[in-house]
Amino acid sequence: MVAFKLAYRNLLGAGLRTWLNVSVLSLAFVLIVFYNGMIDGWNRQSRNDTQDWEIGQGQYWHPDYDKYDVYTINEAHQPIDEHAQQEIDGGHLVPQLLQKATIYPQGRMQSILLRGIPPEQTLLKLPTDALNGDDEAKVIIGKRMAKATKLKVGDQVLLRWRDRHGTFDARQVTVAQVFNCDVAEADQGQLYIDFQVMQQMMDFDSEATLLVSGSEDVGLAGWSFKSADFLLKDLDDLINSERISGRIIQLVLLMIALLAIFDTQILSIFRRKKEIGTYIALGLTRKQVVGIFTIEGGVHSILAALLGAAYGIPLFLWINTIGINFGSADMGITIAERVYPYYSWQLVVGSVLIVLVTSTIVSFIPARKIAYMSPTDALKGK
Amino acid sequence: MVKRIIVDDKIFQDMDNQIIQLEHLTKRFPVGNGFFTALTDITLSFGKGEFAGLVGPSGSGKTTLLNIIGSLDVPSEGKATVLGRSIAELSQKQAANMRNHHIGFIFQTYNLLPVYTVYENVEFALLLQNISAEERRKAVMQALEWVGLTDKEKSKPSMLSGGECQRVAIARSMVKRPKIVLADEPTANLDSKNSHHILQTMQKLNEELGVTFIFSTHDEKVMQYLKRQISLADGKVVADEQVELVSSQ
Repeated sequence: MVAFKLAYRNLLGAGLRTWLNVSVLSLAFVLIVFYNGMIDGWNRQSRNDTQDWEIGQGQYWHPDYDKYDVYTINEAHQPIDEHAQQEIDGGHLVPQLLQKATIYPQGRMQSILLRGIPPEQTLLKLPTDALNGDDEAKVIIGKRMAKATKLKVGDQVLLRWRDRHGTFDARQVTVAQVFNCDVAEADQGQLYIDFQVMQQMMDFDSEATLLVSGSEDVGLAGWSFKSADFLLKDLDDLINSERISGRIIQLVLLMIALLAIFDTQILSIFRRKKEIGTYIALGLTRKQVVGIFTIEGGVHSILAALLGAAYGIPLFLWINTIGINFGSADMGITIAERVYPYYSWQLVVGSVLIVLVTSTIVSFIPARKIAYMSPTDALKGK
Repeated sequence: MVKRIIVDDKIFQDMDNQIIQLEHLTKRFPVGNGFFTALTDITLSFGKGEFAGLVGPSGSGKTTLLNIIGSLDVPSEGKATVLGRSIAELSQKQAANMRNHHIGFIFQTYNLLPVYTVYENVEFALLLQNISAEERRKAVMQALEWVGLTDKEKSKPSMLSGGECQRVAIARSMVKRPKIVLADEPTANLDSKNSHHILQTMQKLNEELGVTFIFSTHDEKVMQYLKRQISLADGKVVADEQVELVSSQ
């Protein structure tokens, strides 16, 4: 406790030098928290959006279905059994039928994935109720798809597909709604159509490719359950790779701040030899003096955390009310137009600990020299 | 006006009263490939309540001897026993503990901690001891009263004159009520008036509290106050004189 008190007094007494170090360190600290908060906020929003718009709490796949292998789609469909139908009727599952198809917007040919989905479903945020109505050939598309195909609400487009017998068929479909969704995978190259209409088109009576679940695995025979974590793995990998590249920036920032502390410590020990000798003459052991100088360095990080909190908390609160605008540019990844950083207590405490531990280590390295210093030489300032 | 007379050139100490014993003490420092001998075969003892001085020119070994007595250094040969403990056998922690509780230092350049106030400088030694804040305050104020600086308790050293700084250093050395105070050239940076003031203060503390004061000095002003003068030259004791201050009136 005495060492903390002494370190605190010495730091305050050092004036501008201390505050310069503390300012640089607090900037590093705030940027580390902010960057990680952004990544965490993006992660949370993206996971929530992906679950809300595409995967629910998990999916039951036809055993042959592989979302990464388009060649599996043609054959990956099977009848919905009684147990699954009960779950669908209870609103716990949403069946989807997937098939490859082609559309011809403005005479161009474009391959798409046709998704049959019940209009009455409420599990996913997709505005499928727009598929209701007398006109059976309504479709909904996302904003990215609309942009790529230059389709808008009310436009008609020719849709061509092959049914279960391999026979090509085609019809005009009308764009009933263009939805705004942050999940690229639920949007790009996707055309949503009434589930039953699609079954009739494909001649897949009562069949589905996958069942989106609103809860954990309830154990459906003949279906392979894929958990939300499994389905979000790509997103997690992407975010983790962003996190790693962010770590490099954070490390550079931290290194700059720690270099300032290291430099200050070396200068301190060089300039304060007489003070070191005095401490020893007054009854401190050399280890205790090393402790004081190490704590002095460590206290930089505590002051930096306090200073960082003083300007960082209002800044973070403000950013959280307005969010960071990423625009509507399609980056091909799941990211909201406006990302709201998320600062967990683990993030804040973790960042404080990292800065505290590293600054203490950096302070200890030059302070170790004191342990080998002769008190009589130190008193002379040698 | 006082007149100094030498009453004896041999020291007969009461053995039970001795708190510092130096026997055949030699101190060498490595210099290049060889050694520099700072002290050679020093045998001395100091009793409780002495007001003694190590006198001699620069390089005679005064400070080295004070450092060994203060457990800041160890002898190369011989034995230094302070308060019944052999200096060479003390661990770092034991030596630090001895300095903290029983030995006060006063330096030529005051060595006050610049970022602390007068009060905090004096309080410093007590912070290492398990003393309550109330007791610390009492002790610090008492020490500042001894040196007449109670009104400067909130000042920083940079705001004080040289004489005041040295008085703070005296208060800091005395606040823990040590058995020994080692003063290394305490008046070297002070003018005549301040030197006498400082010396009178220390003399008073020596008489009232029975603390042993050992000076290292070549200042004539200091020598006037010493009750015992040990002259050193080239690391050897050349004279050890007991003196008595006699009023000329």
